[in-house]
Amino acid sequence: MKRRLTPILLVVGLALLIVAPLGQTDYIKYILSSWLIFAIAAMGLNLTLGYAGQISLAQASFIGIGAYTTALLTLAGVPWIPSMLAAMAVSFLVGLALGFPALRVQGHFLAFVTLAFNTLFYLVARNEDWLTGGPYGLSGMPRPDFWLFDTNQNLPFYYFTLAVFVVAAALMWGIVRSPWGRAFKGLRENPIRAESLGVDTRRITLLAFAIGSAYGGLAGALISPLVQFINPDSFALVQSIRILLMVVVGGAGFFFGPLFGAAMVILLPEFLRFTEGYYLMIYASAVIVLMVFCPSGLIGAGQALRERFRPGHRVRGDMKQGSQL
Amino acid sequence: MNQPILSVREITKSFGAIRAVDGVSFDVYPGEILGLIGPNGSGKSTLFNCILGQLQPNSGEVEINGRPVSGRRPCDLNKLGLGRTFQQLSVFPQMSVIDNIILAGQEHRGSLFGRLFGAPDAGLTADAERLIEFFRLSHLKDEMAGSLSYGQQKLVDAAMAFMAGPGLVLLDEPAGGVNLTMLAGLKERLVSYNREHGTTFVVIEHNMEFVMSLCSRIIVLAEGRIIAEGPPDEVRANPTVIDAYLGG
Amino acid sequence: MSQFLQVFLSGLSTGSIYALAAIGFTLLWQAAQTVNFAQGEFVMLPAFFVLIGIHWLHLPLWLSLIFGLIVAVIVLGLLFKKVVVEPMLPNGGLPLIIATMALSILLKEGTKQFYGAEAQPFPNIFPQTTMTLDGAVISVQDIMNLVVSLGVVVGLTLFLNRTRTGRCMQATAQNPEVAEILGVNVKRMVLYTFLVNAALAALASFLISPIYLAKFSNGETLGLVAFIAAIVGGFNQIRGALVGGLLIGVLDNLTATYVTTEYRAALPLVMLIVIILWRPQGLLGTSEGRQV
Repeated sequence: MKRRLTPILLVVGLALLIVAPLGQTDYIKYILSSWLIFAIAAMGLNLTLGYAGQISLAQASFIGIGAYTTALLTLAGVPWIPSMLAAMAVSFLVGLALGFPALRVQGHFLAFVTLAFNTLFYLVARNEDWLTGGPYGLSGMPRPDFWLFDTNQNLPFYYFTLAVFVVAAALMWGIVRSPWGRAFKGLRENPIRAESLGVDTRRITLLAFAIGSAYGGLAGALISPLVQFINPDSFALVQSIRILLMVVVGGAGFFFGPLFGAAMVILLPEFLRFTEGYYLMIYASAVIVLMVFCPSGLIGAGQALRERFRPGHRVRGDMKQGSQL
Repeated sequence: MNQPILSVREITKSFGAIRAVDGVSFDVYPGEILGLIGPNGSGKSTLFNCILGQLQPNSGEVEINGRPVSGRRPCDLNKLGLGRTFQQLSVFPQMSVIDNIILAGQEHRGSLFGRLFGAPDAGLTADAERLIEFFRLSHLKDEMAGSLSYGQQKLVDAAMAFMAGPGLVLLDEPAGGVNLTMLAGLKERLVSYNREHGTTFVVIEHNMEFVMSLCSRIIVLAEGRIIAEGPPDEVRANPTVIDAYLGG
Repeated sequence: MSQFLQVFLSGLSTGSIYALAAIGFTLLWQAAQTVNFAQGEFVMLPAFFVLIGIHWLHLPLWLSLIFGLIVAVIVLGLLFKKVVVEPMLPNGGLPLIIATMALSILLKEGTKQFYGAEAQPFPNIFPQTTMTLDGAVISVQDIMNLVVSLGVVVGLTLFLNRTRTGRCMQATAQNPEVAEILGVNVKRMVLYTFLVNAALAALASFLISPIYLAKFSNGETLGLVAFIAAIVGGFNQIRGALVGGLLIGVLDNLTATYVTTEYRAALPLVMLIVIILWRPQGLLGTSEGRQV
């Protein structure tokens, strides 16, 4: 039953994503692109945190690394695809380095190290004018142009983002259901047991950081041409916290969690325009309530609700401790 | 006599001023079931952790199949054919039983990148199902391991230790907290696995009856040293052993 | 030399205010395993309570300060514990961290909505005079900040070590199970800890706001500095948080004056990373509870 339903839901979901921008204002198309881009970054953090159980408060700095790399390369005339690959590679390597602290400390301490890293990145981006343009940032990055398909308008850019998102999601799906995904979960649930079963937990920890960061880099490679202006403020600690909220609100460790979480943070404010400045307050209160009643996030809440209406099915009581620190 | 599968040579491990393990040596031969018993604080668990790479001994050497393995990480030891179970519940609670078992075998299949690009189950579903069947857990294979009863989780833990087909399995208090019916079943399964596959077991256990009926040879530790060694009946009658337990 | 003394003293003064926030942070961590990501906002907010007292209730400054302190203790102590932390405890660490992050957004945005985005002038508590010592110009405000903060820390330490309630609070922080068996009302002691944290944050707020002005976004830096100070000094004790706070205040000022203004904020961060990786128990901490 569930097996047959999943592909249908996927097709419906994709169809919705394809028609979503049609007939919308230019601004909404832009917001929708930004949603998918943040969903990619959140997907990366979901691998690190939701699947592998390693907290990171540095995802915004990887979007930053990706965005600056792409901006510098495309401004120098390099086409988007190689720039994007370079952005992912740099983020991957820096993410690998950031994984080393996780081999020594866990939980709160890891949160602090990654938080400090993000703030250091911000300082470097603000102060090294020769490279990053300092507080004024970089602007005028060209949008990718693929001969017959140029993305200067927001509609084609949205479809371009959607295509990248679908490929990134498919790759992520491949990773999480491969033996790697099982090893990541093993690391989250019981690292000592995993190690005793031959899982090289050091290598898996580093990979969890590196892959998650590379997804951040990919998001950065898309932000750069979307906004066509980047400055350090877009990659400050607050942004990392926002991405962490996306992951947890959507449902850490659920594949589609980040997509919903990013919608809550990026799209919902647009629908709640009438609340004016109160949106963030409403959102923050909602997060607190969610954490009290359903710490496994929206998808977790949805599942719990479904189980309630379908008796005889065991509730995943264990989710209570979902990716605890 | 044939070559020992595990040799422990003069292992010493101190914590500050306390010598938890004090120059312990013994050999384990292929196919046997060896019991390691002793009163609380006799150093059994420390010795186990030294063999398993969780702790680094201060001196001494551990050999597996004649190869020195001191300083190796647990994951490397596992690849050399050393399986283990844990005293506390040690499954992956938010993964299905079958995923637990497949995880226990997948790291022995192919290379790191081979696994990423290969089959999602690393070609282990059939093997895993056979092992689940052997431990009579088939009806639970798609349940989350964390939702199983205590005894069932112990069985999953044991099954994981066997998944990679290890030559030697160290069982850390397999009977602890398991009810009597389940216990009889567990013993029967272990003995039958030992007969079918010739797998060697070293068992730490508090439950005397369980260990006496399961093991062919028993080593008794007290205050970090071996005080007796021999077949169950001999050890049971040994006055030093009785003293150690009563006096301890 | 006189410049050094000036820079050093004013660093010590800001550092002692950081220490107040850091000590509160440490106490919460000990007593309730709560890492409060909203600690910066806890320092930002009480100043606005005082401003409400002055501008809306037309109270004199001293009464407004008392009013601010009481409201802070109720809102940031009692309500924070009852409404946010308590219902969340069974859910484990991550949800609580997320909730305190959300709380920090809530407090920040709330302040912005109700009091505006502009920095509000905050009345000076101490005279704005200076005195000269050995050629160095020293502001009385700095000295008074230092004296008041250190006084509070000494008072707090005496309270924790010398009074029965204080000792019960310490017992609760160290080993709640044993404390429970010994007849300590653990729940009440944890509540006291939350109240003490709120009071410390409020004091820090009153001392720092005349210097930085009251602004909704003040908490961002203050929160960061508070937990860097707590970790650098040793996550599990008051002494550590005090030393951590003073150290960061002084180093920050010295770096800004003698090395680089651009990277003045980087030094504490680098210190944080280095200390977590090489000495996770902090400079003064003992390694209890962090064995593998």
